[in-house]
Amino acid sequence: MNISRNVLIALATFAIVAIALYSYEDVEDSAAANSTLNRGLSTDPESLDPHKMRSVQAGEVLRDIGEGLAGYTATGELIPAAADGWTISDDGLTYTFNIRSDARWSNADAVTASHFVFSLRRLVDPATAAFNAHLIADIENASAISSGEMEPSALAVEAKDDQTLIIRLSRPTPYFLALLTYPSTFPVNPDSLAEHGDSFTRPGNLLSNGAYKLDSWQPGSMLRLSRNEEYWNNAATAIDAVNYHVLTQPMTELNRYRAGELHITAIVPPESFKRIREDRPDELHVASYLGVYYYGYNLSKPMFGDSLQLRQALSMAIDRDVLVEKITGRGEAPAYSWVPAGVDNYEPRRFNYADLNQDERNAGARRLYREAGYSAANPAQFELRYNTSDTQQRIALAVQSMWREVLGAEVTLVNEEFQVLLSNMREAEVTQVFRSSWIGDYNDAHTFLSILQGGNPANMPRYASDEYDELMLAAAEQTDPKLRRVYLEEAERVLLADHPVIPLYFYVSKHLVSLQVSGWGDNVLDYHYSQHLSLATD
Amino acid sequence: MLRYTVLRVLGAIPTLLLVIVLAFLMVHAAPGGPFDDERVLPPEIEANIAKKYHLDEPLHRQFLRYLGGVVQGDLGPSYSYRDHTVSELIGGALPLSLHLGALAMLLSLIVGVTAGTAAALRKNTVLDRTVMALAMTGISIPVFVVAPVLVLVLAVYLQWLPAGWSGNAGGARYLLPVVSLALPQIAYIARLTRASMIDVLASDFIRTARAQGLGTIAIVRYHALKPAMLPVLSYMGPAVAAILTGSVVVEEIFGIPGLGQLFVRGALNRDYTLVLGIVIFYATLIILLNLLVDILYAVIDPRVRQR
Amino acid sequence: MMSLGSTWQRLRQNRTVMICGGLLFGVVVVACIGPLVSPNDYLQTDFDNLLSPPTVTDMQVFGTDDLGRDLFVRSMLGVRVTIVIAVVASAVSLVIGVIYGAVAGFVGGRVDAVMMRFVDTLYALPFIFFVILLMVAFERNFLLIFVAIGAINWLDMARIVRGQTLSLREREFVAAARVTGVSAPRIIFRHIAPNLMGVVIVYVTLTIPQAILVESFLSFLGLGIQEPQTSLGALVNAGVNQMEGAPWMLLIPAALLASILFCCNFLGDAMRDVFDARHTA
Repeated sequence: MNISRNVLIALATFAIVAIALYSYEDVEDSAAANSTLNRGLSTDPESLDPHKMRSVQAGEVLRDIGEGLAGYTATGELIPAAADGWTISDDGLTYTFNIRSDARWSNADAVTASHFVFSLRRLVDPATAAFNAHLIADIENASAISSGEMEPSALAVEAKDDQTLIIRLSRPTPYFLALLTYPSTFPVNPDSLAEHGDSFTRPGNLLSNGAYKLDSWQPGSMLRLSRNEEYWNNAATAIDAVNYHVLTQPMTELNRYRAGELHITAIVPPESFKRIREDRPDELHVASYLGVYYYGYNLSKPMFGDSLQLRQALSMAIDRDVLVEKITGRGEAPAYSWVPAGVDNYEPRRFNYADLNQDERNAGARRLYREAGYSAANPAQFELRYNTSDTQQRIALAVQSMWREVLGAEVTLVNEEFQVLLSNMREAEVTQVFRSSWIGDYNDAHTFLSILQGGNPANMPRYASDEYDELMLAAAEQTDPKLRRVYLEEAERVLLADHPVIPLYFYVSKHLVSLQVSGWGDNVLDYHYSQHLSLATD
Repeated sequence: MLRYTVLRVLGAIPTLLLVIVLAFLMVHAAPGGPFDDERVLPPEIEANIAKKYHLDEPLHRQFLRYLGGVVQGDLGPSYSYRDHTVSELIGGALPLSLHLGALAMLLSLIVGVTAGTAAALRKNTVLDRTVMALAMTGISIPVFVVAPVLVLVLAVYLQWLPAGWSGNAGGARYLLPVVSLALPQIAYIARLTRASMIDVLASDFIRTARAQGLGTIAIVRYHALKPAMLPVLSYMGPAVAAILTGSVVVEEIFGIPGLGQLFVRGALNRDYTLVLGIVIFYATLIILLNLLVDILYAVIDPRVRQR
Repeated sequence: MMSLGSTWQRLRQNRTVMICGGLLFGVVVVACIGPLVSPNDYLQTDFDNLLSPPTVTDMQVFGTDDLGRDLFVRSMLGVRVTIVIAVVASAVSLVIGVIYGAVAGFVGGRVDAVMMRFVDTLYALPFIFFVILLMVAFERNFLLIFVAIGAINWLDMARIVRGQTLSLREREFVAAARVTGVSAPRIIFRHIAPNLMGVVIVYVTLTIPQAILVESFLSFLGLGIQEPQTSLGALVNAGVNQMEGAPWMLLIPAALLASILFCCNFLGDAMRDVFDARHTA
């Protein structure tokens, strides 16, 4: 019985094999065109709908196929884009944009002010359920619309005529223009949306107003873009086609780059960084990036909430130079402040111990540790939680051994799935010390400082300081950029003195860029528009 | 016959239901939701998103809603690919996975049976020992070691073959993934073939054939191969399972947009619907296959129907 | 039926069994004693000594990893963990498989048909996907790995045991026990189970390498054992990423893993030959 049944199964398998071999058509062909740029992308975009996107990767692709009112140059200077200019009222509340008269969708229709009105309303409409609706929370009535108290049409965005767009803010927001470079504020074409519904982002349906248009998207494999002939600045676009290769494994990506199949990588695997720096120094691009890697304390529990000494001792005992040189080793900057250097119009404050050398810091840390009531006989015992990843683990192991050697603290490492760690951090019940990070949404200190305000959902340490919150509020109401900066810097000083977090290092962006590519510019936002690049043919 | 068929089909339904319930509970038991991120969202926005995907409903309502969709062949929207439905994603990935698996299976059968037969015919010679040692090595080194080494040597150093999938043309890009996938199966099949071939060659009817003066090749081809293939055929089921497992690794390493890669990504991103969809899809496929075989079997051998 | 004594005799006469068994035994002994003898610790990081090649200084005969930890001690820990996982997981599959198979085979008839149909169905499920789900859904721990791997492997065991039981059931001594009114569970445990020993032992030697491979597969996906604990699979996986810069990080654990699998597989084959008269004839 069993043998012949198995034989039948085998025959059925063969039948499937035969069908599979016969039926599968290889649709992908190699684009032999010389002017095709091959870029790595570390994961699929979750959506190409500007209002449903949230990831860095989706942003990367959307900046090629869409365009906001403002944009950036290759080196990261803000420039007009779909708008050719704007005026800002003296109170900093009313922005008037002049939409380019030659701005076109890829079907040759004009991009008008009303498209922006439609899109910004759609962004805050609860029915859209956009992740990034809060980005434009400073537009009048935006928050009330998101929470369902007002109709989307109440948004203070108005198309005076086809070319003139007026946006009113509820409070002065110096970084508002920077927000308009973010893909979530890009326009979508209302007619296309009405015609295709949810599938308007499909290749063939998607209308783009950027330098490229979407030809195909095979999830898990590749997105193909080609030149948008209707783009107003099409003459300046050098490269005809761009392929984004979805490569989740950094090693795979590196191998493909080395085999000559990619021009630009999304990342450089840590394991190979040293060798690459030696072998391909001209191709390696490392630039500081708006992101901070930190350990947070759970301040809602007494162990850390009540002991400033312990918090400061642990912060001081970490040798950040060893961390960035030996453990991460990719040119990261050791962090002694909360806001990274390189943020526009801002000078980060530093920890009061930042100017000591590590031996002096260790001595200070031991003193504080003893003051906090801990000793060799009574060591501090706590858990350090981090999410499953090689880098997090290496850092956690290193910090654990530093705390052990300098202070004698007994730290248990708890390695959790990312989503598990997140839900633990949000509940703030079992967490003691946890790993987290923050990547800036826009080039302004506010994006970093605001998350530690009381009531901010991203305030994982549960930091609550009235002084800090008042300074942040004062900064928010300030229209004078110089005064605003003073308030923000003062807020950071208060923050650092309270030690609610241990900033470990500031991120860097790292890419391998083939020598064939020119026009590449390193910038803190790590935005690299394909339209600025050109490809040498050999 | 009809009664038998109906009974079998009815028997398959609870199994499938069990799979769905089990998988559903498992993904929902996992802490963390599909849209959690370090960038925690304002509560009103989070509520909007939960509402849109019905994540705010009680679990049993979500299950019934999901089951209702599945019955109609709708596996729901994907959470991590918000522009796609799960059915679309599976439909896009399936042909490729099947194709790769089929090629690997074919390669392992051809090479495995040939090597195993050769080893059996030259039992206890250098050839036999070499083949068996190679087979043993093939079984003993995990795919995730073999594949990167092959890529490094053949694609990066020698640049004979493409290093990855996307954007490369035609047959060459199949070579490394298929070989990596097939290697362990070649080894298993070679060992199986050798063992059963030795048995068969020692049996009486082969001796008779030999006495009649038939040559070795003719004996193998006309007499020994068929009975010797039986254990190999019985191994096909486990082989499919092994290739399925291997394909997860191979697809990850080469960046091939197949079902394995889709599944791993879905599981890590808490993409409930995608993960459930793939599990249900596979289970249905295999249950159907078994069903088909049972019914076919009953047609061939009427005695089965009585049991 | 062979007595245990004569089985041992035959095993001793088989060269493959002795060589492979000895080698395995040796590796396990070194894995247990090595870390005690070595001055290094599996946790101790050394940031001035990252990725150093094998050397005799400080007894770092296998070199160090990317955190400066001694690879010898870690490899030995990996061997221990891997073997423990494999043995326990096999034991899990053995217990479930033997009981299930013996009951199905002994009771026979409709019950047997239903039970085996169930096994057939489970065979059909994409188990590896369930294992991935299991590892992602629940916080990973040692126990779960055993359960997951055991759950994959008991099916084969159940099938084989059932086949053996079916034939044993017809034997005189079982019939005799039945006639004298011995209860069914007692027959299964007293008369049938001991006679399954041979095939079960052979089969366990074959499931152990499978369990090792599944564990390494989980490690590849990052779902295996948690650092700073390690397994051979986890070490090999870490080594793959360093294979150009620090080949010893790949070669040493991979060689250990391969040789353990090698030995287990050969041992399984040889044991089958010993137990199965047809092959030795």
